[in-house]
Amino acid sequence: MTVAQLAERLHLECLALPAPDREIDGAYAGDLLSWVMGRAGTDCLWATIMNNMNVLAVATLADVSVTVICEGCEVSDDLRNAAMEKGVNLVRTELPIYELCVAVSEVLR
Amino acid sequence: MSEPLVYTFLVDGDNFTSAGEASVKMKKNLRMLAIAPDIIRRVAIAMYEGEINMVIHAGGGTATVSVHNDKIEIVLEDKGPGIADVELAMREGFSTAPETIRNLGFGAGMGLPNMKRNTDSMTIESTVGVGTRITMTVNL
Ligand SMILES: Nc1ncnc2c1ncn2[C@@H]1O[C@H](COP(=O)(O)OP(=O)(O)O)[C@@H](O)[C@H]1O
Ligand SMILES: [Mg+2]
Repeated sequence: MTVAQLAERLHLECLALPAPDREIDGAYAGDLLSWVMGRAGTDCLWATIMNNMNVLAVATLADVSVTVICEGCEVSDDLRNAAMEKGVNLVRTELPIYELCVAVSEVLR
Repeated sequence: MSEPLVYTFLVDGDNFTSAGEASVKMKKNLRMLAIAPDIIRRVAIAMYEGEINMVIHAGGGTATVSVHNDKIEIVLEDKGPGIADVELAMREGFSTAPETIRNLGFGAGMGLPNMKRNTDSMTIESTVGVGTRITMTVNL
């Protein structure tokens, strides 16, 4: 499933989708950036409540397909613009991380 | 074959927002060199953790990456406070990062262990009050 398809299925708010056709392969949830860097697999969806600029470097380097900001956490215009510029797919949901992951698991199955 | 390709980066210690830029640039360079994706990923993770450490703990530094025929070498050098007990610093979960940094998602004490896990060799030379030099290699 592509990032755009998933975003539509789960009604995720698209903040920046520079690569909408990227395929999603698995998912990882976490807020400690070193854990995410070390454990999130290439092309997976990353669910987090972190919303600072460093999220973009982690998403790029871990090569995740999409970053989902959960719990409706605030996303600054700076973050959104930088995501577009850096080619990072960034979406948001009001769902808590657990519930988002359950929903992702259902549609990725 | 020939001389290694050498890339050098200045890592700004005052700008936390841009931390990671050197690693992101290096990742692009390696992509252009058509290095295998799993190798690129390991180099990117190790370099990023080292870069972040220089920003958080050492007020910045330099990163030099050399691409040889058979390996990629990453050298991170700073003139920060140095690491008093390297063995302790290498332990998963050990961190001296302040609360403000932890709130940003850093300071899990996983950086140095991640660097070790993603590289084929890693040496830390550090002198308290002088600085730290970390040399890592990833075999091609
Ligand atoms: N370049 C450095 N200069 C000084 N101290 C460092 C440096 N890199 C790491 N350290 C020390 O080693 C500890 C562990 O590093 P690391 O495993 O990356 O965890 P973290 O960065 O999350 O604290 C740091 O908290 C710090 O005390
Ligand atoms: Mg660290």
